[in-house]
Amino acid sequence: MKYQTVIGLEVHLQLKTKTKAFCGCAIDFGREPNSSVCPVCLGFPGSLPVYNKEALNYAIKVALALGCQVQEHTKFDRKNYFYPDLPKNYQISQYDLPLSRYGFLDITADGKPKRIGITRVHLEEDAGKLIHETEASLVDFNRAGIPLLEIVSEPDLNSAQEAFDYLTRLKTIIEYLDVSDCDMEKGSLRCDANISLRPEGIKELGVKTELKNMNSFKGVKDALNFEAGRQAELLESGRAMEQDTRLWDAQKNITVSMRTKEGAKDYRYFPDPDLTVFIIGQEMISGIKDSLPELPGLKLRRFVEEYSLSEYDAGILVSYKKDAEFAEECLKQYPGKDKKNMANWLIGPLLSEANTRNLSLHQLGVNIDELTSLIGFVQRQELSHLNAKSVLTQMLDSGRSAQEIIKERNLLQISDTAELEQVIIAVIRENEKSVNDLKNGKANALMFLVGQVMKKSSGKANPKIVQELIKRRIDNA
Amino acid sequence: MELNQLTAHELIDKLKDKQANASAVLDAIYSRIEKVEPSVKAYVRVNDVKKPVCNPQPDSLLKGLPITIKDNICTEGINTECCSKILQGFRPPYDATVINKLKKSGAEIFPLKANMDEFAFGSSTENSRYGATHNPWDLESVPGGSSGGSAASVAADEAIWALGSDTGGSIRQPASFCGVVGLKPTYGRVSRYGLIAFASSLDQIGPITRDVRDSSILSQVIFGYDPNDSTSVKQDVPDFSKSLTNDIRGLKVGIPGEYFVEGMDAEVKTIIEEAINKLNSLGAVSQKVSLPHTEYAVPVYYIIATAEASSNLARFDGVQYGWRAKSDNLIEMYKKTRGEGFGDEAKRRIILGTFALSHGYYDAYYLRALKVRTLIKQDFDAVFKDFDCIVTPTSPTPAFKIGEKTQDPLKMYLSDIYTISVNLAGIPAISIPCGFTKKGLPVGLQIMARPFDEAMLFRVAHTFEQNTDWHKSNPKL
Repeated sequence: MKYQTVIGLEVHLQLKTKTKAFCGCAIDFGREPNSSVCPVCLGFPGSLPVYNKEALNYAIKVALALGCQVQEHTKFDRKNYFYPDLPKNYQISQYDLPLSRYGFLDITADGKPKRIGITRVHLEEDAGKLIHETEASLVDFNRAGIPLLEIVSEPDLNSAQEAFDYLTRLKTIIEYLDVSDCDMEKGSLRCDANISLRPEGIKELGVKTELKNMNSFKGVKDALNFEAGRQAELLESGRAMEQDTRLWDAQKNITVSMRTKEGAKDYRYFPDPDLTVFIIGQEMISGIKDSLPELPGLKLRRFVEEYSLSEYDAGILVSYKKDAEFAEECLKQYPGKDKKNMANWLIGPLLSEANTRNLSLHQLGVNIDELTSLIGFVQRQELSHLNAKSVLTQMLDSGRSAQEIIKERNLLQISDTAELEQVIIAVIRENEKSVNDLKNGKANALMFLVGQVMKKSSGKANPKIVQELIKRRIDNA
Repeated sequence: MELNQLTAHELIDKLKDKQANASAVLDAIYSRIEKVEPSVKAYVRVNDVKKPVCNPQPDSLLKGLPITIKDNICTEGINTECCSKILQGFRPPYDATVINKLKKSGAEIFPLKANMDEFAFGSSTENSRYGATHNPWDLESVPGGSSGGSAASVAADEAIWALGSDTGGSIRQPASFCGVVGLKPTYGRVSRYGLIAFASSLDQIGPITRDVRDSSILSQVIFGYDPNDSTSVKQDVPDFSKSLTNDIRGLKVGIPGEYFVEGMDAEVKTIIEEAINKLNSLGAVSQKVSLPHTEYAVPVYYIIATAEASSNLARFDGVQYGWRAKSDNLIEMYKKTRGEGFGDEAKRRIILGTFALSHGYYDAYYLRALKVRTLIKQDFDAVFKDFDCIVTPTSPTPAFKIGEKTQDPLKMYLSDIYTISVNLAGIPAISIPCGFTKKGLPVGLQIMARPFDEAMLFRVAHTFEQNTDWHKSNPKL
């Protein structure tokens, strides 16, 4: 039987506000355990939470960027459960009146655009971190109370690849907003996935499993692929699927059952009486809306229109905000009419330089004038493309100018016909067979002869001019 | 008169005129404690504290005036245990906002804390791990509760004045039983920061004093918005000394019929009626009014208060502070710690509240209780459209015998029948002495006013007090 995979993702995002969600403790990773804590985030008796407006602001930014409807009234609820990393044994979260609902994120599925629904975006507080030792378990509460944004998608994703694309695009948007580090390995972005299979054409959802413990986007993709396979096998064999929470084991590349759910856990949600209803006025919403940066989707459209780039090229250039800003600066300053020349350089040689250096584009430290000058040499056919790339590497290594390097290495192409004629005469003399072939109409022979001239001139000859000169000479012979 | 028998305002004058000094006041209180504490037992952990000495205090209104604090209000460096084993040894690293304010005003925080029902769960101060407090007017009787220690200490001249907390009558009912003045301020008037929560949407800290002037002076110091408590309200605090006018001519006083029904002690009824006649003779105009949802106050209260308490008390798990039972694993640690740490009434209320919030019962209990709470509040709004204040008995009976109601929680809960609605509605109310039974037990008159109109309470209460002598009587110890 053919099955359709149904996936919904739940992303938790640590917001990088200056202070925690409900107290004044600084958010500062890498500090001594339990050094960024106070009576409030430790849940000491008598302490009370107070809203962090910055966290609400960040949350609304994300909600608006995801096209959500921001509720004018929002409240916080207590999610009650016992766990030692949870200082109050309840988490301040949002239940029936989340900050925002009904958003979407556009992805690409099989080369076609696809819209994924966002169920809700809400704000809550993070828990502490347990450190298990042989004798005892320790708790570090530095993380407790850090604002956490929960972004829940609709079960609109139909493959692991779509889930991967969703996460990549979500990350791009969050990075544009500059509200989170989005680092899965460091835990500032966490992702759980719900996945189920159903026979193709059937509307009803199958029995789902919840996947946890993935610590990279690739991990999410691998776990989903594995799980889809495992479920398909189970269904094929006719055995019953059990609702299950499973952990991804990245070493063994398998999912392992953590607990089967007999029923939904009862968190006894109720409105937190320590926090009053928060009213987000239209004014606040429109203020935040106005402050949003140009988001990647819109930037891509604009790059396509303003600089006549292909969608593919523009897509690459906008995927990181700072790179996009750098790219736009390059495109603007590029004097030539065809901006595609510059775009090709950015996506080609510059990006590959960035990759080998483990930097992103804007971190390469390229002087835009120098880059423009280098491209100018190629455009004027004074420098071969191959040599230009090696000049670029040298420019980045040494910080010297293109002109200087080209001069020093004597790389300027020979376009002086008199000088080239000397070489061509020699080559024709030495390759009688190829000359005859050419005369007999074998086009390949021309390329061979040009290659010989290039070789003799150590790559400096302008291949176009060489071709012209050889043709003229043979035709006139 | 000894220094420990004076009112705070008398002492303020004496200290200012150098007729007394702060350490003499402290000495007088301490001698009194040595004498009567063995029979009254208003304080807890008496043997753990050395004889108190004066600390350097800022030159301000209350300089050198000692104040007694209930065991659920956090005092930096002084044990604050809510009279519960589970908070054994808990010494807060911070002061409650009210303590901060008192210290800034020069007050001396008395190092002995006042007895109370465990976590303020009770109406008799019998549910304390340290044993019951005895009523100074009759040592066989309860002082009321839960702020029984605070009220008894003031009545027995073991304190000049005291702070209590009131969730359903815990200041007013013991004030009434002990023949002193107790004020429950408007919800949001006094910061709850540092008050170990019982029911967050109902709790308020308030003064217990010998007379109304002292109540107004202490209110002036502790009232006001606190950025650390989201539920405190930005509302100006008037100069309460201007309310002590000895003039209530023309004021409209509502007498709710629902408060004068069966179950009320006949002697109490007569005393209250005489008090109302007194108000009328002073120029007030009393008239019967109706608060139709009164009968639902007790059930609504016991759903909302226990629901909030069940969540508020979840943090007492032995992980960070207080009592931790020896155990081999986490679940056992939770179970044993809480099993050994909480008293019976605390367990009863946690179970009740957990039930009320549980899936499938939430709508029927908690949500419905919230709706009826709104109706109760609307009852008051309607009466206050036409009336300046409402007058009722504080409690249906005078102080009952120790042990009389401990086996019957429902009977115990009904002793707060006249005080609970005020907390549900969030309005302010005061209890003042208005007579004695034939056996010599004090009876309290409760006056209620519009939200944030404590000035009205002081005006009416002070006028009554100026024209009666009830507050001048002292128990014979």
